[in-house]
Parts: sequence; C-alpha cells; structure tokens
Amino acid sequence: MNTPLRRVGLAMMAMMLLLLGNATYVQVIKADDYRKDPLNRRVVLDQYSRERGQIIAADGTPLASVQRVDDRLKYLRTYANGPVFAPVTGYFSTLYGAGGMERAEDDLLNGSDDRLFARRVSDLITGRDPKGGSLQLTIDAKLQQAAFDRLQGVTGTVVAIRPQTGEILAMASTPSYDPNVLASHDVDTQEEAWTGYDADKSKPMLNRAIHENYPPGSTFKLVVTAAALAEGKNKDTQVDGRPVITLPGTDTPLPNFNDTICGNGVTASLQEALAKSCNTAFAVLAAELGADKLRDQAAKFGIGEPDLAIPLSVVPSTLGPMSEKPAIYQTGIGQKDVRVTPLVNAVMAATIANGGVRMQPHLVGKILAPDLQAISETKPDEVDEAMEPDEAKALRDMMIASENNTGGGGKLSGVTIASKTGTAEHGDDVKSTNPHAWYVAFAPAEKPEIAIAVIVENGGQQGLSATGGRVAAPIGRAVIGAYLGGR
Amino acid sequence: MGSPVTGAEGTPLAAASSTSPGLRPPTRRSTELFMLAFAATLVTGALILVEANQEQELSLQILWLGLAYLGLLTVAHLAVRKWAPYADPVIMPCVALLNGLGLVMIHRIDLAMADVKLPGNQVWSPAAPKQVLWTAIALALFCIVLKVLSDHRTLARYGYTAGLLGLVALVLPGVLPSFIAPEINGAKIWLSFGAFSIQPGEFAKILLMVFFAAFLVSKRDLFTIAGRRVVGLDLPRARDLGPLIAAWAVGVSIMVLQKDLGSSLLFFGIVLVLLYVATERAAWVVLGVMMFCVGAVVAWKLFGHVQIRVQNWLDPFADPTGTGYQIVQSLFGLGTGGLFGAGLGGGRPDQIPEANTDFITAVIGEELGFVGLAAVLLIYTVFAMRGLRTALSVRDTFGKLLGGGLAFAVAFQIFIVVGGVTKLIPMTGITAPFLSKGGSSLLANYILVALLLRISDAARAPKTTPKPRPQQPAIADQFTVMVERPK
Repeated sequence: MNTPLRRVGLAMMAMMLLLLGNATYVQVIKADDYRKDPLNRRVVLDQYSRERGQIIAADGTPLASVQRVDDRLKYLRTYANGPVFAPVTGYFSTLYGAGGMERAEDDLLNGSDDRLFARRVSDLITGRDPKGGSLQLTIDAKLQQAAFDRLQGVTGTVVAIRPQTGEILAMASTPSYDPNVLASHDVDTQEEAWTGYDADKSKPMLNRAIHENYPPGSTFKLVVTAAALAEGKNKDTQVDGRPVITLPGTDTPLPNFNDTICGNGVTASLQEALAKSCNTAFAVLAAELGADKLRDQAAKFGIGEPDLAIPLSVVPSTLGPMSEKPAIYQTGIGQKDVRVTPLVNAVMAATIANGGVRMQPHLVGKILAPDLQAISETKPDEVDEAMEPDEAKALRDMMIASENNTGGGGKLSGVTIASKTGTAEHGDDVKSTNPHAWYVAFAPAEKPEIAIAVIVENGGQQGLSATGGRVAAPIGRAVIGAYLGGR
Repeated sequence: MGSPVTGAEGTPLAAASSTSPGLRPPTRRSTELFMLAFAATLVTGALILVEANQEQELSLQILWLGLAYLGLLTVAHLAVRKWAPYADPVIMPCVALLNGLGLVMIHRIDLAMADVKLPGNQVWSPAAPKQVLWTAIALALFCIVLKVLSDHRTLARYGYTAGLLGLVALVLPGVLPSFIAPEINGAKIWLSFGAFSIQPGEFAKILLMVFFAAFLVSKRDLFTIAGRRVVGLDLPRARDLGPLIAAWAVGVSIMVLQKDLGSSLLFFGIVLVLLYVATERAAWVVLGVMMFCVGAVVAWKLFGHVQIRVQNWLDPFADPTGTGYQIVQSLFGLGTGGLFGAGLGGGRPDQIPEANTDFITAVIGEELGFVGLAAVLLIYTVFAMRGLRTALSVRDTFGKLLGGGLAFAVAFQIFIVVGGVTKLIPMTGITAPFLSKGGSSLLANYILVALLLRISDAARAPKTTPKPRPQQPAIADQFTVMVERPK
C-alpha cells in the first residue's frame, strides 16, 4: 500500500505546485492589471484614507483641510466656508471623484506627485504614513468673500486679477454649492446632494468664471479700440456717430443703445464713442479694420487660446466666423458669435492695466510640502505684449472717461477706476430675453493693483432693463473698494 | 519524496528500538513544544501587526484572545503529551499556526467590517470571540478523542455504523425542510437550531472515510480482481463497481440536493484516493475520473448554478458586479496584495464577500501577499505530508488507509478552496481547514487531527510487548503488503 500512498503524496505535491503557480500568475504577473482595474475600489479607498494635503488662501487661510474621523476612510475632507471658495477648491467625493483644484492638482494633494518624491522616500524609510502636499492659492480670502457677498441674489461671477503678475485674486461664482456634503463619508448624503445640484436649473456647480463663455457685448469694444489704436488712430479720431445704421446688404438696423446720438450725430471722437458705447461707431470701425486685425488683437488679449489652464481648464473664448461684412459689424460690438469667458475678459482688463503686457493668469501661488514648507513658487509669466505701452495708456484714459460716463451705484471716492460696461443681448428672441450685464475694470487707474470682470447673467433682478452700468458696475466697484480699502 | 525521511527516522527507528527494550525512542514532545512556541510567537506578532496597522488600542479583548489562544495550545500540548506521546511532533504546530493565523484574520476582518454600513442598519457582530470559543470546544473534543480512542483500529469495527451515520449526516440538510435546514448563499448544507447552526457534512467527511477505510480493508481482495484489460489498464469487474457507483451517486446527490459543488468534489476525490490506495490499481482512478467528468458535464447541462460557476470561472469579468462579483473581488484583492502584500491590517477585506469563510485565503493573499499565501500553502503541505508519512509508517492497513485519506482530505480541500479563490478551478465555496470561520469545520478538523495523531502515535510508539523475532524485515510495512498481495 505504500507505493500508491507515495503516489498520492506526489499528487498532493502537484496540487500545491499548481496552486503556487496559479497564485504567482495572479499575484505577480497579472497583479498590475487587477490593481489598476477601474472596478477595483481599493486604490480609490486607499487614496481616500491617506492624509490629503491642504488648500490654503494666499494669506494662509485654510480653504480645504482634512479632519481625522473614526470610520474606514480615515480622513474627512472639510471646506471652511465651502460655497464661497467652491469654484476654486472644487470638491473631493468618494462617489463622484474630484473637481476644481482638487482634481487639477490631485497628484500633489494625494501625495503621488513627483515633486514630493524625496519626501515619499523618507516616509518609506521612517515608516510614516505618506501625506499629500499642499497648495497655496493666489486667492485673497477676504476679496473672494466680498465678491461672493456682492453676488448674492444674482447669477453671475466675479474674477479679479493682479495685473502685474496674473495672480487670480478672486474667482467667485453664484449660485454656489457646498463641497462639504459631497465630501461626506455618508454615501446617501453625497448622492442626495449631487442629484440635487445636478437637477438644479441654476447650475450651482458650474464655475461661471471659466466654464462658461458669454457674448461680451460692449466690453468687446476694448478689443476694437485697441486694434484701432494699433492702426495709428487716437482718442480724437472721428468715428461714425449716427444713432442707427443698416447692416450692409441687409435691411437689419443696428441702433445705438436707446438710439442715442454720438458726437454731432454724424461723427464722434473715438473717446466719446467708447465712453457712450456707441454701437454704430464700433460696428463701422470693426468693418474698417477687418476680420484679421480684430482677430489678431483679440488673440493678443487671449481670446481664442485653446487650452488655457490655470491649472483649472478654461473653456476657449472665440470670435466665431466673420465671413460676411454684417458679421464683422456685429462682432465689433461683441455680439454675433463672439463668446468670452469672464476670466479672459478680466485678463483683457489686466493687460490694459499692465501697460499692454499680458500675464498668464494662475491660481496656484506655491506648492507646499506636507509640513507646509514651500517646494516651488509660481513665477509671473509674460505671455504676450498685446499693446504698445502708450496705446495702453491711451486706452486706459478712454476707460476712465467711460467710467465717468457710466451710471450705477457704488462709485468710489478717492480712487480712479478705468472701466467698460457691457449689456449683451443673447438668446433666440433678443428683445424679450434679459441681457447679460458686464463690467470690466481696473483700479487705481494710475497704478493698477486689481483688474476685474463681472458678469450678471440675464440682468439679475433688473430683468430687461438691466445694463452693465446698473447691475454689474456696482458689484465691480464694491469688489475693487473691498480690495483697495482693505490694505 | 517522502521515502528517505521515512527511512531515516520513521519506521526503522521504532523497529530498532523494539528489539532492544529499555532504550525508548524519543517522543519529540519537546520539539513539538518548541515549535508550538514558535507558532505562538508568529501568531502574536501577526496580532500585534494587525492592531498596529488598524491603530487599535491594545484592548482587553486582545489580551483575552491572545491568552485564550496560548491556553488552548498548552492544553492541546499536554493532552498529546499524556495520551499520544509518540505522535508526530510537527502536525500540532502546523495546526496551531493555521488556527492562530485564522483567528487573527477573523479578528482583522471584524475590525474592517465594524466600519461597514450593513444593509438595514445591522451591526456587525464580531466573529473572533465566537471562533475562540469554537476552538476551545474543538480542542476539548480533540482531547476526548485522544483519550477515549486509545487505538485507532477500534474504529474499524464501527465501519458500517460510521458509514450509515455519515450518509445520514451528509444527506440530512438536503432533505430536511428549510426551517431547520435553510439555504444560505445558495447551498443547503446547514442545520440550524436558533442561533446555533452546524454543517453535518464536515463530520460526514470523516465518518465516511472511516467507513470506506474499514470497508476496503475487509473487502479489498474483491477490488483487486481484474476484469478485462483495456489499453494497458486492468479494469475492475462490472459487479465490483458497486461502491464506486454508490459514491458517485452520493456525490451527485450532494450536488443536486444541496447545490454544494465543493463538498461533492471533495467527497468523490477522497473515495477515489481510498480506492486507489487500497487496490493499488490506477484503473479505479481512471474510471472514477471518467465518471466524474460525465457527472460534471451532465450537471453543467442541467443546472443553472453549475453553469454560472463555470462561466464565472472562464470569464469572471463578463459580469463583474453580478455573479462574477466574488471571484473578481478576490482577484482584485490578490492582485493588489501582489508579491509582498498590503501588510497585515493594510488590506481591504471588507471588499471581498465571505472574507472570513470561503475567501479567507484571498484576504491572506491580499495582506500577506504571494509570499504569505505560499507560506500558508506550504504549512498545509507540511501538515498533509506528515499525515501521509504517518500513513506510510503505520503497520496496519486500516491505519494506512485512514491516515492517507485524512491527509489527502486536507490537501484536496485546500486545493479546491484556494484553487477556486485564485481562479484555477471553478469557485465552489468550501472552507479552508482551521483558517476559516466556522464551528463545524473546526470541530471536524480537530477530530481529524486527533485521529491522525492517534495513528501517528501507533506508528512511532515502541511495541508494548516486544516479541523476540529472529528476523525483522527492513521495512515493516512492505512485509505486510507482500503477504497480502495475491499472486
């Protein structure tokens, strides 16, 4: 009986070898496939149980941090003042992934970024739990709060930029959402919040500053003016001043706002045309300059840049096709197919403020190690010289005149603001659709410290009678006041 | 394979000592104690690692678990020392290590599951304390078997009784109404008495082995008579096929009545091996495997649950969140564990269904990696090989058959469960001996160990009444075999 017993022993050995061989296949050869399979929740859970880095404002105010909790995901993401900063911080959810800065800088925040390599190695040796790196944003916490407060009750956005560096000082968007509920470890809470936000017609999770583009309306006249100045025109150059013109080759009239007369009714100075925002003047001027020059100038201000990232991705701004002359007329007043994100409009204001030099807009000031020591700092990056310095100066002066000609409340005393308003018609039936109200500005005009773009969708509470001056300008002025007054 | 070891220290030693009374062979009980201490150290280390990685405070519960484990080991060791002093010294430490590791893993899974939100606000009830209790009961039973059964050959006399009991135990849950034999996870193998439930199949396994060993020893001449010779195989006579057909029928009925593919396969495999060892004729195995294949194909054609198992084996990713969920999660766990594992307490056993029973080896593979899983498999191999060695060295044929059968049963069971978990063979759902949670399994397997130790003690103990023999054959058991073989 021993011979068959020994054979049984051999069979047992063979079974074990089969098991070992198969385990090698599963755990060594196929391991990576299984580990990285999107259905494998381990990697995700792992990430969510690691101490994620913080997101802090320029002055160190924590915007997104973690809190140690007693469940299987060890750390709860918390957002101090969530809705105010949500357009910047984004959200971090176990069910829905990450958005905003949480997504754009995920590698750094979760600790897998190469910039943290040295620290990871030392963590490995010392056996510490790996932690994520932190981000210091360029956001001015107080200014962001001020912008958010001023936007209450309307759907809109405020973007503020430091002209000399391109640092984004504020990027508020209303209505907003609370990333805290999306970061909840309770699945039902997350689900309920997400579906609620998703179903909300006011799109609270949309970052209007960068993820939506709008017809810029009269604010686009700054581009036309800049192109004209580059062609040797000046503030006194006479342009069309008629109250209404007809689009060439059509019967469609193109009137000034309220059919007002500019200058003497036949011609007006460029400065007056900009200050009064005469449509006829800029339509004709645009046609005179031609599509190519308009496009060039727009590109110099950053309109048309396809993959702008701050590092949040920004939807492109565009002039649209201008194959027909009437299209160029309409483009000249920021209508037709022109679409600009509020961020790019703010960049345009900042470029004029900065003597024509366009700086790359950015949100990240410093990359910080888990112990908040700086690893790297974002250097101001000059992208383009959009205007000659003296032309920029001339445009600035015209914008000061425009500001003086603009109504609306909240005028600041002791500060000179250079601005341009816009009241952009949109929709299929433009006469009965509430227009968007724009305000782009920088201040102090002599030595600019802040450039802003404000848009209030559909005129806010003013409805059809909304104008940039009446609706957007007071918000913009208040934000500028909050920034300049607070220093 | 095992033969040099046997020659070096097994039978010849015992035989030699029996010729010179007064010089008793070493019992190796101190070796066992030393190895038990080693096992206890490993288990304690594992427990501390789990606690550290799960950041648990070293609570009183841990102390209770640890002390209980040590106390049980001591009692087991003392029992072996007293009632089976010459038993193999390696078997008990292997069992202790596996059982201890199982307890640690079950406790570890408790910790993981405590955080999981169960449907219907259920609270996870820790399984580890219960398992410690079961271990204690199992060890008590172990001691009783060692004490009461002073000679394993006694069992041969109760062969038919054991067979009848085993058959009843096996079929009982399948035929009883579901209020006492509920279908759990698709298998109808439990008898439930309120909070207390047992799996009679686990005991049936041993009872039927006793029966078959006894039956084959008394009737083996019958099975060695060759019928016709077909392609080099001496086929048995058709009228001798009865027991094989009976076993096949029982196997199929388990599969049909209880939907328990694993037990069916296990049971049939054991019968085949016993037949082979008893008759020394491969023809039985070939016939049996053929019958199994036919049965399997028919079952696959007829039963939906068999088709699902096979389909999930061939391509679990076809339905990764449905029927393939278990095996997919198991593969993810194993793959994520990789070569060295996520570390004890560092894995995600809450992701794997049935983590503390059928899939406990997958959790070990995840947390201890391929290395850990291989180590566990090797412990089982050592255990089975020592069991086999016991069978080789014991003198009586009943002991040989029973010992070999018991050793093979453990190895084959591990092959089925680990093979299923690692997608080597279709998933069938049986427990890993000593590791998995489950009272019946522990009780039955400790009885199995007691029987093995009893046979081993008989193999190694010096003869109590040494008869002066003129000539002792070099290998005692060969002598037995030569006499009984009909020429």
